[in-house]
Amino acid sequence: MIRLAIPVLGLIILAGLPMFVSEYELGLMIGMATYVALASAWALFSGHTHYISLATVAFYGTGAYTVAVLNESLPYPAVILCAGLIGAAMALLVGLSTLRLSGIYFVIFTFGLAELVRQLITWYEVTITGTLGRYIFLDLTAQDIYWQMLALCAIAIGLTAWINRTRLGLALRAIGDDEIVAAHSGIHLARTKLIAFTISATLITLVGAVASPRWVYVEPLIVFNPTVSFLTVIMALLGGANRLWGPLVGAIPLFLLFEWLSVNFPDTYPIFLGLMFIGVVFVLPNGVLAGLDDLRAWLGRRGK
Amino acid sequence: MKMTRRTTMRALASGVAMSMLLGANLAYSADETVTIGYAVAKTGPNATGAGITTIPNYELWVKDVNAAGGLTMPDGSKRMIEVIEYDDRSSNEDLVRAIERLATKDKVDLILPPWGTGSNLAIAPLMDRFGYPQLGVTAVTDKAPEFAARWKRSYWMLGGGHDYAKGLADVLKAAVADGTLNGKVAMVSVADGFGIDLVSGARPAFEEAGLEVVYDKTYPLGTSDFAALMAEAQASGADSFVAFSYPPDSFGMTKTAQSMGYNPKVFYIGVGGAFPIFGKIADGKEEGVMSIGGVNAASPAIKEYFARHIESAGAPPDSWASAITYASLEMLAQSVERVGLDHAKLAEDLSTGSFSTIIGEVKLEDNQLRDLWWVGQWQNGTFIAVNPSDKDGAVAPVVPKPNW
Repeated sequence: MIRLAIPVLGLIILAGLPMFVSEYELGLMIGMATYVALASAWALFSGHTHYISLATVAFYGTGAYTVAVLNESLPYPAVILCAGLIGAAMALLVGLSTLRLSGIYFVIFTFGLAELVRQLITWYEVTITGTLGRYIFLDLTAQDIYWQMLALCAIAIGLTAWINRTRLGLALRAIGDDEIVAAHSGIHLARTKLIAFTISATLITLVGAVASPRWVYVEPLIVFNPTVSFLTVIMALLGGANRLWGPLVGAIPLFLLFEWLSVNFPDTYPIFLGLMFIGVVFVLPNGVLAGLDDLRAWLGRRGK
Repeated sequence: MKMTRRTTMRALASGVAMSMLLGANLAYSADETVTIGYAVAKTGPNATGAGITTIPNYELWVKDVNAAGGLTMPDGSKRMIEVIEYDDRSSNEDLVRAIERLATKDKVDLILPPWGTGSNLAIAPLMDRFGYPQLGVTAVTDKAPEFAARWKRSYWMLGGGHDYAKGLADVLKAAVADGTLNGKVAMVSVADGFGIDLVSGARPAFEEAGLEVVYDKTYPLGTSDFAALMAEAQASGADSFVAFSYPPDSFGMTKTAQSMGYNPKVFYIGVGGAFPIFGKIADGKEEGVMSIGGVNAASPAIKEYFARHIESAGAPPDSWASAITYASLEMLAQSVERVGLDHAKLAEDLSTGSFSTIIGEVKLEDNQLRDLWWVGQWQNGTFIAVNPSDKDGAVAPVVPKPNW
């Protein structure tokens, strides 16, 4: 009961916060919520299966672009629904054709996917519509966007918690441990991976759709920025991608650190960024939460 | 009262304290600054453009103003400028947050715009909500009239794609009328915002000018090999070559044309043609190359501006948007001198006032700067303006361009 009450209480407090903060702080909270949602959604598939996906921005950008295309012809809820459906359809298509790839081949493919989608949209806009930039004129306040993003965080983390308790979660963990053993124990590999990948990608698409009204102007180069994919991965890994709260624990401090660096060291911040990436991989390969557990175990042993 | 050492010390100490307090007060009123904030791309894909056109001019202007004692207020007092700058990492999300920070946390007096069309649009609703005037210079958009109407305190100062295409069509049409050109045009464009805007403006403009487009190809962003494209353009029978291209492409096409000995009578390239580095790229053979923009090279104000820019940034400015960026800042300073720092009054004055700047007398029409140079050409080592031909300071274009 308590395990459920604390997160719900936290969510209520977070939802009420916009009443008390300045616009800049609200902007920060939107940014944090965006990356918590992205990292959690990413970890939903990649955390247990260990399939490192760099396709985050392919879906995120698709969501943003869907809003840009449809925002003037459909009411907002319908636009968001369309974005989700398009994301799911794209994930099914991609998943069916690629989840048989494993290891490094999957990483390379997902990285290429973002580029592929960007080029396809560019080609379409250039040859068919004859224009490239699109505008999003929606009367949404920063608060509206924050609440929607918070809801997506809750859905992403809630879904992960639920899946972890079901047969699907067990199957995903088995796949992550050893795919061949999992197949021999009767787990339907392709179907299991496809379901998790589609849920994860749909959530990421929705994050892009919800975030986009803040940019007003959208073009492929702006929405398919590969940095988003890398940041998502590093945030989830820092916290611990196979833990329920790991992506959140990784995303918030990293996001705040980037903001602090760009405010105080606008000229040298990419150097710090690079050093930090290296640091995470070397010092905390399994994430902060796993590191804390190790520390606790070590202290416990010493205590005896 | 006996004058003991203690009382003397006390009196001295309090006297010193008093004068320090007074001094501090005086210093405060003299040192009251105007804070100006901006977020521009220092890293990421937009950093090149921002580093050439936007940042050096912001720095030069602040230096110039502070060297003269600061911004003049309506009452004649002067206040030094203090700058708060952020890196937007070429990401609109970060940019939006930086503007929120400048407006609500730093509470700066004025905000200068970022570099690029997309960036200026991303911050426009925010600037409007916080009430800051936005002097958008580095945004080329045909929708400027719509935007100026939507956000009353936004100003659009670099024209739209159709304007530049129309200007080029005029130049070519005049040369066809002289009998120097055969009226056939080979046209290539980059498949990205800028290239698409210009080429969709150029197609009708060229047709209207009676020019025949015999070759019309689009190439993807990031193309680095132009040999095939240029060979086809050469074989097309056109004697005018027009490229609506980005800097790396503009430079690559120039190199390719030189190495394959392609000598069209008009060689026009997009962004990058007006960069000071272009002479070096063209191996000193830039004479006659046409591109976007241009400056009135005979103007003493421009000459002086170039000299100061070289001294401040270590390189000359580009001959398109740089001078306009600096002029927009001069406008801001003159407005502040007339009406102070109140945003509503500033916006009103920027919309209706006239300003004397390095690009001459400036008056905005519907919040847009329309008195611009559309086409320029390299002549004797300077990139000078050739169109509109009836604008003060225009020189006649040299057609045909001498061989490489």
